[in-house]
Amino acid sequence: MVMLAPNQQQTEKLIYERPHSLEEVYTHYCPGCTHGIAHRLIAEVIDELDIQERTILVAPVGCAVFAYNYFAFDSAEAAHGRAPAMATGIKRVNPDSIVFTYQGDGDLASIGIAEAIHAASRGEQLTVIFINNAIYGMTGGQMAPTSLLGQVTTSSPTGRDAQATGQPMRIAEMMAGLPGVVYSVRRSLHDARHVIQAKQAIKTAFEAQMQGLGFSIVELLSSCPTNWGMSPADAVHWVRDEMIPVYPLGDYKVAEALQNKRGRN
Amino acid sequence: MAKGRVDIDVDRCKGCELCREACPQNVLALADDLNGKGYRPVILLDPLHDCTGCALCAVVCPDGCITVYRDVPQKTPKKEPVLNGKSLSLAV
Repeated sequence: MVMLAPNQQQTEKLIYERPHSLEEVYTHYCPGCTHGIAHRLIAEVIDELDIQERTILVAPVGCAVFAYNYFAFDSAEAAHGRAPAMATGIKRVNPDSIVFTYQGDGDLASIGIAEAIHAASRGEQLTVIFINNAIYGMTGGQMAPTSLLGQVTTSSPTGRDAQATGQPMRIAEMMAGLPGVVYSVRRSLHDARHVIQAKQAIKTAFEAQMQGLGFSIVELLSSCPTNWGMSPADAVHWVRDEMIPVYPLGDYKVAEALQNKRGRN
Repeated sequence: MAKGRVDIDVDRCKGCELCREACPQNVLALADDLNGKGYRPVILLDPLHDCTGCALCAVVCPDGCITVYRDVPQKTPKKEPVLNGKSLSLAV
């Protein structure tokens, strides 16, 4: 920014800058990985809600295992899949804090499904950001519960077969069926318009927790260019063309107190 | 139409080109040189000043490398009426 003399007019204004809740560090994510977008949206929401001082992240195991290095607020690292259980404890002893977990599909939908469902069923005052990229990223591209039928992964080399491994698991719809859940939506990060909608949903999820309404979850369809074997641009097109038909975007549960919030389809 | 510019942190850019995909004005390009991490970073290539500062590139950037500025329309200062080098303004 150029320093201006008092009588000099400002020639340009700042439209967009990196959120302050994101550390000024280089992330380990692959080029084009939408984890980075999800991180930035969360940081923007926390800046806008001005809750940086009382927010606690519970990081997962998976590609986002180092998420605690990237956010400029407190965080804890949970064992694989156990983030909602750990977050329950943190929230119960610090009821004034804003606690959220950031979990991938291997973490939440596979090994940690029990913790996630029970935390949701108890109506814990938590926010869960669920990253669904239909694959195990960190361990080298194995099949996840969310992998699409026919999707080739290192553990399903001829494509996912429903007979052997079942159907893709739809978490946002499943969570919506639990009485303790007040907000369960699915958004996508494949283009700018959907990123903006995803940010609104994340904001509403945090507001649900701030109002003490109950458990909120935002499922974000994400890309994994490296393990899908695609360029970053092709990967976001794959999200749009292949994933969204299987995982329809939408609001699966929105409590009445949140009905007037923006960011719904 | 509003004009703007983007400031790209080339050291943190990984050259994924999602911003180029999002840019409606096509003013982003890959640099010829590599950055410290070995990626070809994206740079603003805007000789005709087509960038509108819409910030769609920054919205999709996974690495938060892009800062967006938009030009503020300049007001032309009022001219004071002058006769023979003396101000005719009535204000005392």
